[in-house]
Amino acid sequence: MTTMTTMTTYTNNTNNPTGTERGGLDIKTFLDQDERKDLLRILTAGSVDDGKSTLIGRLMFDSKLIYEDQLAALERDSKRVGHAGEDIDYALLLDGLKAEREQGITIDVAYRYFSTNKRKFIIADCPGHEQYTRNMVTGASTANLAIILIDATKGVITQTRRHTYLVSLLGIKHVVLAVNKMDLVEFDQEVFNHICNDYRSFITQLNIPDVEFIPLSALKGDNVVEVSEKMHWYHGKSMLEFLETVHVSSDRNFEDFRYPVQYVNRPDRDFRGFAAKVASGIIKKGDPVMVLPSKKTSSVKSIVSYDGEIEKAFPPQSVTLTLKDEIDISRGEMIVHPDNLPHIERHFEAMLVWMDEKPMDSKTQFYIKHNTNTTKARIDYIRYKVDVNTLQKSEIERFELNEIGRVALTTVKPIFFDPYVKNRNTGSFVLIDPVSHNTCAVGMIIDKLDRENLATKYSPQELRDKIDKGQCLITTEERQKRYNQKGATIWITGLHGSGKNELAYLLEKELFELGANVVLLDGSTVRSGLSRELDFSPADRAEHLRRVAHIARILNDQEIITICSFVSPDENIRRQVAEIIGKERFVNVYMDATLEFSMKKKPELYKLAIEGKVDDLPGINSTYQKPENPDIVCNPEENGKNPVNIIDYLNREKIFPLQ
Amino acid sequence: MLNKNTNSYSLSHLKELEAEAIHIIREVAAEFENPVMLYSIGKDSSVMARLAEKAFYPGKVPFPLMHIDSKWKFREMIEFRDTYAKEKNWDLIVHYNKEGFESGVGPFTHGSKVHTDIMKTQALLAGLNKYKFDAAFGGARRDEEKSRAKERIFSFRDKFHQWDPKNQRPELWDIYNAKIHKGESIRVFPISNWTELDVWQYIRLEKIPIVPLYYAKERPMVNIDGTWIMADDDRMPKELRDRAEMKMVRFRTLGCYPLTGAVESSATTIEEIVEEMMTVTVSERTTRVIDFDQEASMEQKKREGYF
Ligand SMILES: Nc1nc2c(ncn2[C@@H]2O[C@H](COP(=O)(O)OP(=O)(O)O)[C@@H](O)[C@H]2O)c(=O)[nH]1
Repeated sequence: MTTMTTMTTYTNNTNNPTGTERGGLDIKTFLDQDERKDLLRILTAGSVDDGKSTLIGRLMFDSKLIYEDQLAALERDSKRVGHAGEDIDYALLLDGLKAEREQGITIDVAYRYFSTNKRKFIIADCPGHEQYTRNMVTGASTANLAIILIDATKGVITQTRRHTYLVSLLGIKHVVLAVNKMDLVEFDQEVFNHICNDYRSFITQLNIPDVEFIPLSALKGDNVVEVSEKMHWYHGKSMLEFLETVHVSSDRNFEDFRYPVQYVNRPDRDFRGFAAKVASGIIKKGDPVMVLPSKKTSSVKSIVSYDGEIEKAFPPQSVTLTLKDEIDISRGEMIVHPDNLPHIERHFEAMLVWMDEKPMDSKTQFYIKHNTNTTKARIDYIRYKVDVNTLQKSEIERFELNEIGRVALTTVKPIFFDPYVKNRNTGSFVLIDPVSHNTCAVGMIIDKLDRENLATKYSPQELRDKIDKGQCLITTEERQKRYNQKGATIWITGLHGSGKNELAYLLEKELFELGANVVLLDGSTVRSGLSRELDFSPADRAEHLRRVAHIARILNDQEIITICSFVSPDENIRRQVAEIIGKERFVNVYMDATLEFSMKKKPELYKLAIEGKVDDLPGINSTYQKPENPDIVCNPEENGKNPVNIIDYLNREKIFPLQ
Repeated sequence: MLNKNTNSYSLSHLKELEAEAIHIIREVAAEFENPVMLYSIGKDSSVMARLAEKAFYPGKVPFPLMHIDSKWKFREMIEFRDTYAKEKNWDLIVHYNKEGFESGVGPFTHGSKVHTDIMKTQALLAGLNKYKFDAAFGGARRDEEKSRAKERIFSFRDKFHQWDPKNQRPELWDIYNAKIHKGESIRVFPISNWTELDVWQYIRLEKIPIVPLYYAKERPMVNIDGTWIMADDDRMPKELRDRAEMKMVRFRTLGCYPLTGAVESSATTIEEIVEEMMTVTVSERTTRVIDFDQEASMEQKKREGYF
């Protein structure tokens, strides 16, 4: 067997096949090459006895990082607890802790290191049992790629599905399905294809962009380092070759600049540097920046490092920024580009993995650590739990160790995040138990726009309680999300004939077309039924408007936008209407028409008033008071433009659309 | 010769490891009240100290170095330590077990186990307690030895500085849990993910000064049970010293001179050391005598509070 070792590689490169007479220059070449290698972080998963340790042991062994004295020690160990008879048991290279070794299984994540002439590798070697779900999640959190082992004699089993789900949950973009023990199935292509097809049909429901299939025998070395002679039907790469060449550097997020300030460096008065690791995106000297949460802006004066100033920084570099302006920034704040902001929220949803022996207690206020920001957080509710074996969703009250599900959280201070699928660094967090200080859960934030299954779930008791108390089972937030708007009343006031109704109807139509949920109320519709017995005397006008106000309020409470078009001549009454509806959602629009203009629009009505045949017509025989502080003033000559102005206003005030 | 896996926004493995270590070091400085960097004077410590200098540049490192002096270190180590700390303007604490020292504890008289326990483990714990450090950096690497492969970067220690391998905190992404109660502490290993070759490579690229004992030189050596031990001072029993012969040797790790075996070597540059390392068949740690004490000895020591 040809072994691919760092040393043979080195001698190949220097055309010195003996490898014994290397001069200083050669080793320099070797070191210079070594320096330029990049790093691949691998997760390995499989169930017990699939041959995971054998595969890793062989990759490492054949990469010659296992020095000969460790091999000597290994031979001693094999005699004591080994399982592989007289042969070297590769698996024994890997188990670290004594107690675990006696049991013959790996229990915690163990990190292994090896390198070839192309790359350096860190393997997070994870145990496969369901009770070690948390360990696998840990190992997966830093991995670029996952090797999932399958025993060719067994095919895709429950464990395979679980491991794959965890890998996709943690956002690993590359998976290699290593179909091992091909020697036990006579290197049969049929068996391999069958397993691959099974697996393919399973992963369609998961989000893994890149999947590779390799048939191998870890024990015999087929397709591990060298492409096997025994499987001519396989035209792909060997495992090692694949690991050496898989392209991962573009997996990082280079678009959204996020710089969670870690440490403020103030050696003297003249220097104020903000030290951090670039979480994502690229920052260049001179770039405009914004600081969250203060939203203060400045630009990058310099990017400082021990090795001299640099022009640009990108993930995962740890650098120090100085800004042109003196801005107070502390740890936990975030520097971003002003035209590309993360979410700044106290409420969000996440997939949570429970890591603690102690089950979740919904009353606990946890510490949440998100980037460099630590605050307190509460789990508002659990939407569902995912069965890691079947991917079925179910309702639960609390999480126990290793359980995974979707939750809604509220933090005390806002955090600055992106969805985990877009940004692994700003989309992840841990929850810390306030008493034991254990890391009790870890979470991956879900895109805010993801509306899957958003309705709140109540227990039967909670349902009864709420109905008894007359409380809606739909929350304000749920309604707002559904309608993508906030309830508000657009109250249009103005003289008869000022063009209010025209505006109201145009506005209703335009909002409807934009997807808003609107209800229009005007004098004729309300007076024809609800206010039928009322006339136009000041007292009856007041009662009429009180009724209108209450309808608007009920609709607004349900997050429906109302457009109310009423003369409402009296400032005092309009104020009362605003009180009923709620001042913060009362948008006062004044249709600023002159009496002449209005009279031209409704000549008959005004004529009757002037002739005394109609009482109480504002502008003629009663007063019309202009609003003191209208939110929007409309010019009736330009009713074509008025709806747009109002829609802009709703937009600015984040009434509609919400997102 | 551009690796096709790298583009202009991609870091070499060493730069990535450096960025990771700097992040870890800053995280500790920001989250703990009273951190310290344990400084063994060895090459890993030298790398770690340089990373700390980088992390806070142009400022000064905001925590001290502490050297636990077993009083049996090589003399060249102590010289190096003092010059280095002075040149780099480090705040250096030297702590040793005064009682142990005054009652003459040493490897020749008490054996390696007792000596290590009293002058190293006990001294370290006393030093940490004396200054009430709540976080201590160590230069250990996961590839050094099996039990470390499973240790966290932030390794939680109880009031007695003990490590419980069965009860480690989950550590995901680059989020480190720094919450502790009074009296508890964290050991932090910023170069956990470095290999021996990475360390040498970094020393070479960054031109980090290291103790000359790492380079081969003619030294007075005594062969004790197959291990080459240096006759560094007169405390070595005379009958052993008398057997000393000049040998071209270097040390792969540094510690107490009576407990640290040398390898025969002609490597006088980092390149030559690496070359030997890549071809020589003995891994780094086997020259440190304490490892022979018992099976899984390092794990035992770690549980007791030694690194
Ligand atoms: N026939 C055969 N046996 C294998 C192969 N790979 C591993 N084994 C054996 O399967 C058993 C379990 O292997 P191990 O690596 O310890 O599995 P782990 O539990 O997944 O780490 C050992 O007896 C190995 O020798 C293989 O490719 N072919």
